Amino acid sequence: MKLELRGITKRFGPLVANDHIDLVIEPGQIHALLGENGAGKSTLMNVLFGLYEPDEGEIAIDDAVAKFSGPADALAAGIGMVHQHFMLVPVFTVAESVMLGHESTRRGGLLDLDAARAKVRELSDRFGFDVNPDAVIEDLPVGVQQRVEIIKAMARDARVLILDEPTAVLTPQETDELIEIMRQLREAGTSIVFITHKLREVRAVADVITVIRHGKVVGTAEPSAPETELAAMMVGRAVSLELDKAPAEPGDVALEVQDLLVLDPTGARVVDDVSFEVRAGEILAVAGVQGNGQSELVEALLGLETPLRGSVRLGGEELVGLSVRQVLDKGVGFVPEDRSHDGLVGEFSVAENLVLDLLFDERYRRGLSVDLAAVQANATARIEEYDIRTRGPAQPAGRLSGGNQQKVVVARELSRPLKLFVASQPTRGVDVGSIEFLHRRIVSERDVGTAVLIVSTELDEVSALADRIAVMYRGRVVGVVPGDTPRDVLGLMMAGVPLDDAQRQAAENPTTETLLEEGEAP
Amino acid sequence: MSTVVEKPAPTPAPVPAPAAQSVSVRPSLRIPIILGVLALVALAVFGFGAKSGVDSTFGLSLRADAVQLSPLVVASRPTAIVLGVLCVAIAAFAFWQAVKHRRTPAWLLAVFGVLWVFAFLVWAVAGKATSLVDLLQGSLLLAVPLAFGAFGGVLCERAGVVNIAIEGQLLVGAFAAAVVASVTGNVYAGLLAAPVAGWLLGLLLALFTVKYAVNQIIVGVVLNVLAVGLTSFLFSAVLKPNAATLNTPPLMKPIGIPLLEKIPLLGPVLFDQTVIVYAMYVAVVVLTVLLFRTRWGLRVRAVGEHPEAADTVGIDVNRTRWRNVLAGSATAGFGGAFLTIGYVGQFGQEMSGGRGYIALAAMILGRWTPIGSLGAALLFGFATKLASALSVLGTPVPSQFMLMLPYVLTIFAVAGFVGRVRAPAASGVPYLKG
Repeated sequence: MKLELRGITKRFGPLVANDHIDLVIEPGQIHALLGENGAGKSTLMNVLFGLYEPDEGEIAIDDAVAKFSGPADALAAGIGMVHQHFMLVPVFTVAESVMLGHESTRRGGLLDLDAARAKVRELSDRFGFDVNPDAVIEDLPVGVQQRVEIIKAMARDARVLILDEPTAVLTPQETDELIEIMRQLREAGTSIVFITHKLREVRAVADVITVIRHGKVVGTAEPSAPETELAAMMVGRAVSLELDKAPAEPGDVALEVQDLLVLDPTGARVVDDVSFEVRAGEILAVAGVQGNGQSELVEALLGLETPLRGSVRLGGEELVGLSVRQVLDKGVGFVPEDRSHDGLVGEFSVAENLVLDLLFDERYRRGLSVDLAAVQANATARIEEYDIRTRGPAQPAGRLSGGNQQKVVVARELSRPLKLFVASQPTRGVDVGSIEFLHRRIVSERDVGTAVLIVSTELDEVSALADRIAVMYRGRVVGVVPGDTPRDVLGLMMAGVPLDDAQRQAAENPTTETLLEEGEAP
Repeated sequence: MSTVVEKPAPTPAPVPAPAAQSVSVRPSLRIPIILGVLALVALAVFGFGAKSGVDSTFGLSLRADAVQLSPLVVASRPTAIVLGVLCVAIAAFAFWQAVKHRRTPAWLLAVFGVLWVFAFLVWAVAGKATSLVDLLQGSLLLAVPLAFGAFGGVLCERAGVVNIAIEGQLLVGAFAAAVVASVTGNVYAGLLAAPVAGWLLGLLLALFTVKYAVNQIIVGVVLNVLAVGLTSFLFSAVLKPNAATLNTPPLMKPIGIPLLEKIPLLGPVLFDQTVIVYAMYVAVVVLTVLLFRTRWGLRVRAVGEHPEAADTVGIDVNRTRWRNVLAGSATAGFGGAFLTIGYVGQFGQEMSGGRGYIALAAMILGRWTPIGSLGAALLFGFATKLASALSVLGTPVPSQFMLMLPYVLTIFAVAGFVGRVRAPAASGVPYLKG
């Protein structure tokens, strides 16, 4: 099936998310759609899937114009989509999830679950998945949930499969398996639209690459194009992907975490006897797939969550039991993982957000009132220093782009003397230009002697920033390794394999990406 | 094919999950402790507190019954003590299970409940007599509006709309049934009018919550106020002056089911009832099958749990919600008919008297399932009936305490004492497309 997008335009108020986009997806091709967060890739695919109605332009299937008024039409036309946030009902079984929307029934209109189970087994066998049709979705790991999504699409005979940022939640090894699945699907004649902002993956699997920037197609590229060229197309200027940083000069132990145990409301151990230390002037990165206890670990450090036992010492002082305010006053700076929920008040101005947790500070206080002039001066200075693109200090922070919002949060947290800087997902959903800036800023904070703890699910980020890496899996620290540990080893550790085994296995089975980097692949 | 493709994909090493992963550090002793306290109350207060040397008498047949059973007479004190000891034994077993990280089976909890209630009854009736048939029959009748209200709630909430307006729907249903039945002189015409009235109120609920995405709780409360205001106004302005023509509906007659009604004890309780009670039996079965065994049910549940997911497989979320809100509201309205033409015999101002809210509680206690809702409604009906029966007997417990029981039970249920209570995930959240 040949799928064509002709001059698709989609506006949200004044924002043009897609600006006359033309795209041709040939049968049996893996077509990568490369672009930064917010470039308009997902909007385009939601238009294609019938979730959004385009303001202009049309969709053509095998040269005939098709009109989609909803996902049902797109599904009927043979288009399947695996969304970035999975569209699975947590309390349903796999079979129920797969049959939903096109249920086969028995006499009397009763659901034919046996047929659905058989379908799941058949597709599961065909692609070598190991998916139990009676498993409940919420009990499955994300990697398996993704397979359920693929089965869901294939059960409807999708001939074009859209994968929206499918690797965001996967370890490198799982990513490799997904790439294998994508190739299998291609062999079977399914076209794939692969949306991503990760250059390595694109080069590993794509047949054609279309790059989108600010809602427009800026060009196409061959998978053999060097990463720097792709990055330049994506960002619109030359970017350096490597972060130059001097070796760390670690001082004394600043943060000491010992036997920290945190339970979730159901009593499961989400942080399971975690111990590590961070020295002044070094960056320790906590790597791991989302949901392996990193968030809870950070919350426990900050006092947002009360650990059942264990201790957190900063410069010898115990932090467990202190309120968040007291912890911050001990010299802890904190960038939360979800900036729009926890890092900012979207309706407040940039100036206000820049002093959100500093209003107790003498600098911004005059008697009982806030020193508005000082707040204003601070805003002007920070906007300048961090190159925050805003229409002025009075603009609501929620209106800024992701990268600029993050700059506001980081600027605020680094605008007072710190002993420890904790940043969760410091560059999630941030454009490449801002990533560069934020990384440099974090390294310079290290260089003035602050202990830095980074939590990130992006291995690229971990490798770029870390002096040492702690890998977390199911609430435990699998191991603490040097910052230059190979990705394959880290990936295996992220799946719970201890360091020694990981090194051995990584040497035996290098991932596609690694081979590509070493020049052994196509 | 490249060399890479031919390589088997590296399988991740089997990961040894830490053994104590999902097991909490301390066993949860909440349920055993509650059982223990209750069991000790049963033993100390009901058992040893019962008057010695007297009997408790329970009637097992009504005078009109075909098969007459002789009343059950037990010696109050020894019986209550035995029941109390059994309760203590079950509590001890539950404690032992908890220590070993095992769950106490639900049926054992039910047995505990029945034993405990019997211990209480034996103690309360010591030296007197009460009719068990009357108690059960009364409970069933009181449960009818609650059950229909709860079914209406289930239908709405499973599709993701909170229906606080059950109270109002019961009220307009009761009103419409009374007026239509009076005017036509036909109870069954009244029975048909009630769901229409509920449906009309549902129309407003759906319009504001689904189409205009207004806060569902607020709309529900406003609709309840509207229903009270409207029926009260019509009652005093129209019904009162014309009570003879507009507010004297015929009452529904019980219809005995041949053979089944002859079963001792259960026959007269369950199978000599009005059409509306039989409708309840049918409704619970039909709703359960529809919700959990059919295409319609699967889609409704998907809409209530994860509307975006339903949308992406081509299910029209808001149309599903419209339909369910209307169906649920009509169901609750139907239940309202019982208040006038099934029980009291005329409409009275604000006669729903908070039953809609108790129905909501029954739905929660019943974990959003029709069967659970019916069970909870029966429990609440029993508590209410017991309160009135005991106040007639003049037992030591103030009847107000018994009337508190439904609410206390609901608070316990919502606080998670009967296992995890989980509402449909998208319940209360309007669905707006991007």
